[in-house]
Amino acid sequence: MKYLVLLLIFLNLSCKSDKKAPVILEVHDFAGVAPYLELEGSKTYVVNFWATWCAPCVKELPHFETLQANYKDSVEVILVSLDFPHQYETKLKPFIQKHHLKSKVVVLDDPDMNSWIPKVNPQWDGAIPVTLIYNKSKRMFYSRTFTYQELETELKTF
Amino acid sequence: MKTIFSLFLLFSTVAFSPIIHDKGYDIGDVATDFKLENIDGNFVSLSNFKQAKGFIVVFTCNTCPYAVAYEDRIEALNKEYAPKGYPVIAIMPNNVQSKPGDSMTAMQKRAKEKGFTFPYLIDADQSIYPQYGATKTPHVYILESTDKGPVVQYIGAIDDNYKDAALVKIKYVQNAVDALLEGVTFETHKTKAIGCSIKI
Repeated sequence: MKYLVLLLIFLNLSCKSDKKAPVILEVHDFAGVAPYLELEGSKTYVVNFWATWCAPCVKELPHFETLQANYKDSVEVILVSLDFPHQYETKLKPFIQKHHLKSKVVVLDDPDMNSWIPKVNPQWDGAIPVTLIYNKSKRMFYSRTFTYQELETELKTF
Repeated sequence: MKTIFSLFLLFSTVAFSPIIHDKGYDIGDVATDFKLENIDGNFVSLSNFKQAKGFIVVFTCNTCPYAVAYEDRIEALNKEYAPKGYPVIAIMPNNVQSKPGDSMTAMQKRAKEKGFTFPYLIDADQSIYPQYGATKTPHVYILESTDKGPVVQYIGAIDDNYKDAALVKIKYVQNAVDALLEGVTFETHKTKAIGCSIKI
């Protein structure tokens, strides 16, 4: 009985701690994010630029999560957040927690946008969402939103 | 053969014309005038400003955090440059059905709160922003009044630091307007910045 009580307390505690698992953000300037755009592993990398304040981004985000879950051996999804630093605690971390984001989230904080936007892609005008899909043999930049089917269809061309 | 060729021509016209349209203006293009409703109920056109040497046209809105971050700087631009002949003309391009926070009433409220001194117009049928090629807010077009009409001289961001006006290193819009006022050439005619895509 004693053990049962202890066990219950333990379970209770572990549940609570699991719920409040802190989100640790990886925040970089563009130089720190650039390597994620040039990974040389064997996977296909799907890099989505988004922010919690961008409604079309939030709408398509689950499709990237599903893609990551369905192709976990061959695909790595990287979600590059362009959230505002003053909203990391109030918006971004709660969003990551609430939606249990499994894909890797990297935060880009670099206000000199004109210096790095063309390095991601010369065609990018700065509107989000945009997505970069690349692997060793192919690289594509998409200034558009995706449904899951569209995303999977695109992935299959790689 | 002729038919096939005609069909091909037809196809290529259909296939490629929207792409050209999407691009909007480039530097040196003559911009279209418009007649859009202002927050005071009057309709505003570029041609109303007979004395203007040019215009700082800003596609902006209430709801985009980047646009909000630049509100005070847009107002400061108008205060500085309207008396010099380059007034700010702000145009709200979003579909208010998808963004009720950008409705005419909301625009009036925001302009009052912030004390905007520039016209804040609504592109109610969303016909003007595609002609300019604006894709996001804020998105600036500097136009120079010429005999041909308003010629596009700059497209892009206001400056190089949305976060903190005090940390700005390059004031793109100010540099461009100052150069136009002095009649000298300037280097940066186009810049890029993150913004909120215009809601259709």
